[in-house]
Amino acid sequence: MSGAADLVIETTGLTKRLGGRSVLNGIDLAVPRGSVFGFLGPNGSGKTTTIRILLGLASATSGDVRVLGESIPRALQQVLPRVGALVEGPGFYPFLSGTANLLRLDSADRYVSPSTRRQRVDTALERVGLSQAAGKKVGRYSLGMKQRLGIANALLTHRDLIVLDEPTNGLDPQGTREVRHLVRSLTEEGTTVFVSSHLLMEVEQICSHAAVLSAGSLVAQGSLEELRRAGEPRIRVVTPDAPQTHTVLRRLGTTPDDDGASPGAHSVTAPLPDGVTPDRIVRELVEAGVRVNGFSVDQAGLEDLFVALTGEGFDVVQ
Amino acid sequence: MSSNTASRKSVGWRFLGSELSVLFRRRRTWALLAALAAIPVLIAVAVKLSSGPPRGRGPAFLDQVSQNGLFVAVVATIVAIPLFLPLTVGVVAGDTVAGEASTGTLRYLLMSPVARGRLLAVKYAGAVVFCLAATFTVGLVGTLMGALLFPVGPVTTLSGTTIDVTESLVRIALVCLYVTLSLLGLCAVGLFMSTLTDVPVGAMAATVVASVVSQVVGQLPQLEWIHPWLLTHYWLGFADLLRDPVVWDSFAANAVLQAGYIVVFGALAYGRFSTKDVLA
Repeated sequence: MSGAADLVIETTGLTKRLGGRSVLNGIDLAVPRGSVFGFLGPNGSGKTTTIRILLGLASATSGDVRVLGESIPRALQQVLPRVGALVEGPGFYPFLSGTANLLRLDSADRYVSPSTRRQRVDTALERVGLSQAAGKKVGRYSLGMKQRLGIANALLTHRDLIVLDEPTNGLDPQGTREVRHLVRSLTEEGTTVFVSSHLLMEVEQICSHAAVLSAGSLVAQGSLEELRRAGEPRIRVVTPDAPQTHTVLRRLGTTPDDDGASPGAHSVTAPLPDGVTPDRIVRELVEAGVRVNGFSVDQAGLEDLFVALTGEGFDVVQ
Repeated sequence: MSSNTASRKSVGWRFLGSELSVLFRRRRTWALLAALAAIPVLIAVAVKLSSGPPRGRGPAFLDQVSQNGLFVAVVATIVAIPLFLPLTVGVVAGDTVAGEASTGTLRYLLMSPVARGRLLAVKYAGAVVFCLAATFTVGLVGTLMGALLFPVGPVTTLSGTTIDVTESLVRIALVCLYVTLSLLGLCAVGLFMSTLTDVPVGAMAATVVASVVSQVVGQLPQLEWIHPWLLTHYWLGFADLLRDPVVWDSFAANAVLQAGYIVVFGALAYGRFSTKDVLA
């Protein structure tokens, strides 16, 4: 059980069918305690559905869900007070002020102390930079301000797990940076943060772990290091002699990306061939008379991996 | 467990308090109450400006208004029962769950967390408080307008005896309570409708339609066998409260009928809502 105890979220074979269509096919999520976990996937891949099931808003068709070590939905009422969440955008009463909205949601929680309510609301508003607008009606908030208020709601009390679904939606670059800082400070307090996003940059910058969802299936999961390692390394040769470079690389057992090999090309890229060390490639190139102006071995970025796993462009896999 | 998270949960009256404060901080709630208040005002002013209707025309007791202002409240209540009260109650009851879903607050309430049964109970309680506010608005404004524009004095009951002003005010309050009781079943119907959709207007309309259909069926002698089971069967049956001494039979029968509606539609609402995927 020691392994399970270190997981804040654990699903086994999580499946959801809606109207005969399979939305999630046997997801096995494992979110370690203390991690910042990026939940990646293109629009419509099932991220929000998964989060809804984790938080008891929707039911799973089959599979096992454990959050903070407890079975969901059976122990929902015991688990949820320890979880803060922003799901599918903020939801507030437009006719109430930011403060009044947070007081309302906090008074629905029977596990928090009413005497500290006002102070906790003020602190949460301050943390997301909304103190100035706290008394304003939410109907007059901008999209970004509503988003901040949604995050403040997740921070009303100390949480063991915070789930943020697309937290930077509608935020300007400044707001996005603030969210990054916030996530970092939450981790320092010992909170596990589960962030869903379709923005890789965001995940690469703040996450320690990630999982990639594509068309309802988990296609990769692990620490960011592990995921980067999963992508194959690539070499890049900067040279005016592209055609000769292609010949040499093919001899070494790899296929350069640009087969056209135009004479004016300045660089050639290719996957690093198996069992060939980079220094040998450089030696072979030089011996073949190729003028090597630059040479590098690059680990695949998370973006390459993401695109490789989920497909390119707007053609979302369904 | 952290210092802010109390290990023992509180009873949860605060959530009901919060529900009521949200309900009564909405401009819409006050607009509905203002519309209801307009009924006794209109009646009183109309009677004051005219020489009074001939006996036997218009709503019951209308001809007595000019002699005794206390009847304004009773006439206004009779006028409000068939349409205005169900309309306002339908708006509030139909909005209970669907309204929260449409603003996106439903998912945040559930994650607060509020158990689904508790949410329904608190939402229903809020609607009931609105019913009380609605009926007493009509009764209170009616009494005030009557006292303002007409003489006020002892009232002759339907039994022929005379009761003093204080006793008459108690009777008016009893009528308001009776009408509130009559609306409890409709509130449960509205709550159920509200769990079926994320579009509050749909649930509101369906609730009002339910009350209208019930009243129409109640008018058809061919369907007499169904009449005792209709939601609206006892709606105008508060005449017994204006007798001396008060006859409680219709009050009790109405209570049993409304309780039946609350149980059936409460169970339906719970059955629907407890297993519903909250996608809005």
